[in-house]
Amino acid sequence: MVSQILFIAITLAAIALFSYNVKKVIRNIRFGRAVDRSDQPQKRLMTMLKVAFGQTKMFFRPIPAVLHLIVYAGFVIINIEVLEIMIDGIFGTHRVFGGLGILYDVLIGSFEFLALGVWLACAIFLIRRNILKLKRFSGVEMKRWPRSDANYILITEILLMTAFLLLNAADSKLQTMGVGHYTLAGAFPISQFLQDLLPNTEAGLIAIERGCWWFHIIGIFAFLNYLPYSKHFHIIFAFPNTYFSNLEPKGEFTNMQSVTNEVKAMLDPSFTPPEAAPGRFGAKDVNDLTWVNLMNAYTCTECGRCTSVCPANITGKLLSPRKIMMDTRDRMEEVGRSLDKAGKGFDDGKSLIDDYITREEIWACTSCNACTQACPINIDPLAIITDLRRYAVMEESQSPTSISTMLGNIENNGAPWKYSPADRFNWAKED
Amino acid sequence: MSAQLNFEVPTMAEMIAKGEEPEILFWVGCAGSYDERAQKTTRDICKILHHVGLKYAVLGTEESCTGDPAKRAGNEFLFQMQAMTNIEVLNGYNIKKIVTGCPHCFNTIKNEYPGLGGNYEVIHHTQLIQQLIDEGKLKAEGGESFKGKKITYHDPCYLGRGNDVYEAPRKALEALDAQLVEMKRCKTNGLCCGAGGAQMFKEPEKGNKDINIERIEEALETQPQIIAASCPFCMTMLSDGVKMKDQDQNVKVLDIAEITVRANGL
Repeated sequence: MVSQILFIAITLAAIALFSYNVKKVIRNIRFGRAVDRSDQPQKRLMTMLKVAFGQTKMFFRPIPAVLHLIVYAGFVIINIEVLEIMIDGIFGTHRVFGGLGILYDVLIGSFEFLALGVWLACAIFLIRRNILKLKRFSGVEMKRWPRSDANYILITEILLMTAFLLLNAADSKLQTMGVGHYTLAGAFPISQFLQDLLPNTEAGLIAIERGCWWFHIIGIFAFLNYLPYSKHFHIIFAFPNTYFSNLEPKGEFTNMQSVTNEVKAMLDPSFTPPEAAPGRFGAKDVNDLTWVNLMNAYTCTECGRCTSVCPANITGKLLSPRKIMMDTRDRMEEVGRSLDKAGKGFDDGKSLIDDYITREEIWACTSCNACTQACPINIDPLAIITDLRRYAVMEESQSPTSISTMLGNIENNGAPWKYSPADRFNWAKED
Repeated sequence: MSAQLNFEVPTMAEMIAKGEEPEILFWVGCAGSYDERAQKTTRDICKILHHVGLKYAVLGTEESCTGDPAKRAGNEFLFQMQAMTNIEVLNGYNIKKIVTGCPHCFNTIKNEYPGLGGNYEVIHHTQLIQQLIDEGKLKAEGGESFKGKKITYHDPCYLGRGNDVYEAPRKALEALDAQLVEMKRCKTNGLCCGAGGAQMFKEPEKGNKDINIERIEEALETQPQIIAASCPFCMTMLSDGVKMKDQDQNVKVLDIAEITVRANGL
């Protein structure tokens, strides 16, 4: 009875804490400007099913794709087991689904294979990061915390899977010994090999079984509450992120409506622009970006596929699309924290541009879309880079000198070079 | 200047004066108009249009920058000024269909003009060439033979990833019976030449290599006789790269329009 109450209390606390943090995350995303992504619901759903659920873009790199798929399948399917743990925990039952007979054996048996698969995949991931030191996982933005974050996630998953398998091993050993309520239920194709490692005493086995059971479920709750602080948030955000991702051709940049109104008024004096909401042109800080840009930042799992294909980064420039996303998230969280502390309207005097992302980075971009193509969950760093450039050029008139010259040429001659418009057709003339 | 035209290139103004309407407008673009290397491609596109008897016209001096480099550089004002002025000219001539000689013009007119009132059917010149081959109007005969020649094709970002056009340029090359060899990074994974996003007009940021060198090294790994391009900016970057690598005697960088013209002896 005590353990049931304890279990319910822990569960409620975990859910409450998670809801509290998610609310903050949603508030932070709402710092962003409005953008309508409610069109084409069917196409959006298909994109989400294909890209997030089906992980199609992952398979561009087959080895991590297969390993990731195992962890993903393990995560989704082993959750059925968590359902049983929840029921057992609340009602004080033991293996409540055991009555399913052979079906239960199949379920538990397949969970064990998956658990082993997840264990091995995470171990390989750790080796790739820490021993093989794959280039993709390094870079200026991969400081101590992002590296630790990745390792914490992998180690936690290994511990959870170990607990799950040990729990089964102890349980099945107790079952064969015919102890108390440990009635025969489940098949244990993997954990049977762990039985020999366990003690033979009833008390020892029960201690291990209970210990692992509690560790497993508390571990899951702890992991859930770790998500909002971690790159691992993608397990949730991958779905809305792909659903609301850009469906237009990648080459197309948005036309800014605020500019359209002003340009129309300039070209046609009889045009009266609609009352425009005051705001900046482009983005100086996170609240100038759209909520989709900000959701992108929470979704980023820092895998570095974008940076590894970025022509600027490959050739040693400072720009790294992954850093753009990580900076955006860090800045957004900083703004959120200072709002929590100092209340609405507080200005900490910092901004996304300069304090996080430098001019050198944004001007190194070739807008080639390699990063958006490479992202397995349709994150768009280019949209952020473009908005930062818009701010620099339109609000501050700051750009590299040669860019200013090019813009001046277009304005005066209708071409990015200093040629006379009268000579534009000379290519066809005999000389 | 090589290969002058032996026919007049019709302008929209002349067509309208004669009471005629073209089937298609050829949007030349700034590079195609002013850049000496790109002018060759421009003339070759005209030769193709003239050869197949397609009724076409150009805007001539009425054409102006689409605004693409301004937009990528963040100057949305200047972009929209250019766009709206161009749209006024295009709509004034009642233009329905446009072929461009540049993927950047193609992308901008096709994707970014509709929201500002410019709705046209826009194709890139490699798509036109592919269509003409499919229709049997263009054959790879009567000119230089490319049979068995090793050609590698560089995907321009704004044609490939930007607009998912990967096949048309390759089909135009396949028609030559040439040996098409792909670079390691091609199609969706193609590496930029380094010119996009207004980089063409500025010095690169500090790094350890120029992007066009990284790309040309990869292209040269395929040991091609020809590197095929379909963008005037890629053309500049790739040609410079080949020169830097002292390979300009062995490897030619040619636009698909130029290759087509040579194969057909136009």
